[in-house]
Amino acid sequence: MTAVVNVYLKQGVLDPQGKAAHHALDSLGFEGVKDVRIGKQIVLELDTDDKAKAKDEVTQMCETLLANTVIEDYDIEIRA
Amino acid sequence: MKVAVLRFPGTNCEFDTEYAFKKLGHDTAIVWHEDEQLPNDIDLVVVPGGFSYGDYLRSGSIARFSPVMKAVSSYANDGGKVLGICNGFQILTEAGLLPGALKRNNNLHFISKHQTLRVESTDNAFLNQCTKGEILNIPIAHADGNYYIDDEGLSELEANNQVLLRYCDSEGNNTVVNGSVTSIAGVCNKEKNVFGLMPHPERAIEDILGSIDGIKMLKGFEA
Repeated sequence: MTAVVNVYLKQGVLDPQGKAAHHALDSLGFEGVKDVRIGKQIVLELDTDDKAKAKDEVTQMCETLLANTVIEDYDIEIRA
Repeated sequence: MKVAVLRFPGTNCEFDTEYAFKKLGHDTAIVWHEDEQLPNDIDLVVVPGGFSYGDYLRSGSIARFSPVMKAVSSYANDGGKVLGICNGFQILTEAGLLPGALKRNNNLHFISKHQTLRVESTDNAFLNQCTKGEILNIPIAHADGNYYIDDEGLSELEANNQVLLRYCDSEGNNTVVNGSVTSIAGVCNKEKNVFGLMPHPERAIEDILGSIDGIKMLKGFEA
């Protein structure tokens, strides 16, 4: 089973990398981009077939290590 | 005074830190990250600068789970004094020993230069040799020094005099260096025994280094 974790800076926390990319897109003439946020994706291969258990475990991993919840939000997608 | 200086894979300021405290006449011991105990009878733990674990995932995020950090947490929780410099500051926020977090600099650059700082509070074991409002000249060298704390957290810091230093210009006015909330350069915990700052006082201890302002900062712990 595969878990895909996306980690982003929280809304309201300025994302300097997103801002720089947004500025670059503007300069290149891509109009209509309202916001750019850059995060990271962490892909975990898990040794379980239990979707609920996998979600619980990955949530623990995010809270403990994978995200810093002072500044970051995360979402988890479990793929069979 | 006996000072324990931690060393993780990727730490690179442990010898500068040791040199600075030795110059001030103190005993020092470099402590490896796998050690589960701190040396006996220490008066201060310094978490020095560098790039522990290559700054992988987030600066300081891996180091905080090393065996020695468990010992540092219990030492701090028992009231022991801990100072985190640069990467050490990042490690202490990741460990939850200091409030807030350090993000990528707002200009995305690694910033390495001498920087003026304004002393914000002196009623603590670190900056007691300084005067409030005093301007210090201390080098900074970091990519992730952009201090973030939410509004509620900031009010608490202010109310408890936990903001230690702010980036300022030569006149003492707040200046934007890396995007830190209200130009914060260093903070302490509520109990005022854990201190963290991005600037490097250990690099400002001899005239040939361009400043000796770091001496009075490090000497604070002698009192």
